[in-house]
Amino acid sequence: MSEMYHVSSNPHIRDKTTTTSIMLDVILALVPATLFGIWNFGVHAALNVGVAIVAAVAAEWLWQHFTKQKVTIRDLSAVVTGLLLALNVPASLPLWMTALGSVFAIIVAKQVFGGIGQNFMNPALAGRVFLFLSFSQQMTTFAYDGVTGATPLKQLKDSGEVTGLMDMFLGTEAGTIGETSALALLLGGIYLLAKKIIDYRIPLFYLLSFVICMILFGGHGFDVEFLAAQICGGGLLLGAFFMATDYATSPITPVGRIVFGVLLGILTAVFRVFGPNAEGVSYAIIFCNLLVPIIEKYTVPKMFGAVKKKKEA
Amino acid sequence: MSVLTFKGGVHPHNDGKDLSKGSPIADYTPQGEIVIPLSQHIGAPASPLVQKGNRVLVNQKIGAAMGAISANIHSSVSGTVKSVEPRLVANGEKCLSIVIENDGLYEKVPVTDERGPEDLTKEEKINLIKEAGIVGMGGAGFPTGVKLTPKNADEIEYYIINGAECEPYLTSDYRRMIEYPDQIIKGVKIVLSLLPKAKAIIAIEDNKRDAIVKMKEAVKGDPDIAVKTVYTKYPQGGERTLIYALTGRMVNSSMLPADVNCVVNNIDTVYAIYEAVENKVPLTERIVTVTGEAISNPQNFRVPIGTNMAELIEAAGGFKSQPEKIVCGGPMMGTALFDLNIPVTKGTSALLCFTRDEVREQEPSNCINCGRCVSVCPGRVMPAKLSVLAENGDKEGFLALNGMECCECGCCSYICPAKRNLTQSIKSMRKDILADRRKK
Repeated sequence: MSEMYHVSSNPHIRDKTTTTSIMLDVILALVPATLFGIWNFGVHAALNVGVAIVAAVAAEWLWQHFTKQKVTIRDLSAVVTGLLLALNVPASLPLWMTALGSVFAIIVAKQVFGGIGQNFMNPALAGRVFLFLSFSQQMTTFAYDGVTGATPLKQLKDSGEVTGLMDMFLGTEAGTIGETSALALLLGGIYLLAKKIIDYRIPLFYLLSFVICMILFGGHGFDVEFLAAQICGGGLLLGAFFMATDYATSPITPVGRIVFGVLLGILTAVFRVFGPNAEGVSYAIIFCNLLVPIIEKYTVPKMFGAVKKKKEA
Repeated sequence: MSVLTFKGGVHPHNDGKDLSKGSPIADYTPQGEIVIPLSQHIGAPASPLVQKGNRVLVNQKIGAAMGAISANIHSSVSGTVKSVEPRLVANGEKCLSIVIENDGLYEKVPVTDERGPEDLTKEEKINLIKEAGIVGMGGAGFPTGVKLTPKNADEIEYYIINGAECEPYLTSDYRRMIEYPDQIIKGVKIVLSLLPKAKAIIAIEDNKRDAIVKMKEAVKGDPDIAVKTVYTKYPQGGERTLIYALTGRMVNSSMLPADVNCVVNNIDTVYAIYEAVENKVPLTERIVTVTGEAISNPQNFRVPIGTNMAELIEAAGGFKSQPEKIVCGGPMMGTALFDLNIPVTKGTSALLCFTRDEVREQEPSNCINCGRCVSVCPGRVMPAKLSVLAENGDKEGFLALNGMECCECGCCSYICPAKRNLTQSIKSMRKDILADRRKK
């Protein structure tokens, strides 16, 4: 008996969850919103989704191949980025712009910082904001049933009146491909929560603080219809469940996640109420992404059995 | 009855206990050479009392404890001392050992003292426990005599008996509880007589229902002994997590259980205490679970200390398929062996033979900052951050983030979806820092 066996330090067994399985769960959770968006907006939405995903994966492959790194497209994170970006653009956006957004998201926001887990800003949102600043005309043109008009959230901001709350909940209204249906997004969000892919703290405290801020300075007081429209409208649910919970760009500490959620709610409400645009989710998330290191620094968990340090004289 | 637990921890996907939990404890009688290391405990190694050529008997003291924290070593067989030389042990190092040629007669040292525990004074009982060389048998190997005589012995409120056996695959404590419940209770009563204020709590995970029933029957309504059910979760049987689950008190890395008026012993340690005080028999054997997917007949053996591990595997029917990895202890905290020519020691709870090496199969990728390691860490530290600091050799940063609170339970590495070797790097860093502290 002198043959050698594998030797390594403990532990010797590993959980079955992998980065790839997590990404696959996120993709599954986005399926209802994606399918609804395609049904709602038609073929061009489907093309945009396809182009965004292919461009994201191709950009990742090309970058890693030519910089002689290990190609990691099999972890499916580029698919998630592409899909999220597609869900954040209007269905009518020219395909080449969508592709450009995907490339920007993958190369500039993700790969130059070291790839998966190293980015400080949500890549899909970085891509969206890049498109928004570059092609604001096309990014803010929302057509529904062939009629170009304002999104319900914009109407709400301009007129102060809630119109078609049920449409906002179901999603049969104008908006970006994936943000319109609160129902589809909730389904996906519940799936992620049930499978413990995301921590409940971020979406819960995001939505709570948003609602409280809206009651305080939204201009409508405690108006249930207005609050419901604010929650269902725009990208709030997509942001709260799928974008703010992005691992790399949210705090790792439990308390930090609460702080992060609360800040997001406040900023989103401030942008929506006082800003020139009806929407504020993207900027709120991107801004809070930048605060993550400092949030983590001040929310280090209290160790097990911590005792108050006696002040030495 | 409520099920008690702690915050964090993991549920390993395959607890592997079904392989061996049904097999009763079987005696294994080794032939030939027995290797008894002189250091099977935390603290100073024992010093040899025999030389080459001496004849020794079963239960004869062959190594004497050196200093305050140490333990005696006894022969587990009768025969002739072949040599006193360094031999390979499970942790990969060579340790001075007494090598005995077993004559197979198992001739015992006669027991002259026939008094029962009730006729013995406190000091006599403590002396018997120290003399018997008993150490913590859960794996850490802290000398039990030292543990049972804390400075505040009169203030200890809880004597906790750890029957959680939270490591996957292990079934030795389970079999001990099923087959020897009365002896365990007698052992508990002996310890309670040493700790005047203490009440005993026997903690068992809720996946071992029959052990809970057996132990409750054995307690027979004694008001000083409670059997409590703890939630099945790793590391429920860790000393700190168990104390927290049962009493709500927290012990950090720089404290001892006695600081919160608790003393914790493993089930098998309590059995050894019973043997030492009731029958005047020192610790020379233990139960070893030989199991894993590569083993033909997984079993629980009672073996003399010093038995060769390769022999034990043969006794369990040998390998049914080529093992990839062999682990001494549990899969979460055990040590991988590169050679089977190693003796069973007081802390050897199991020999696991895996057909695949999950660690080798999965290559680590980038940390995705998911925070799973933070949420499973029973020490409530941030393994992802600590491992980066450890890899960069930043000792100050490591200490600032409470790196020394890590108990090396392995939960963070287990749960990590990117398959990063978190526990492993943190463990190396802790070792470095502890070495620095010893130098000073």
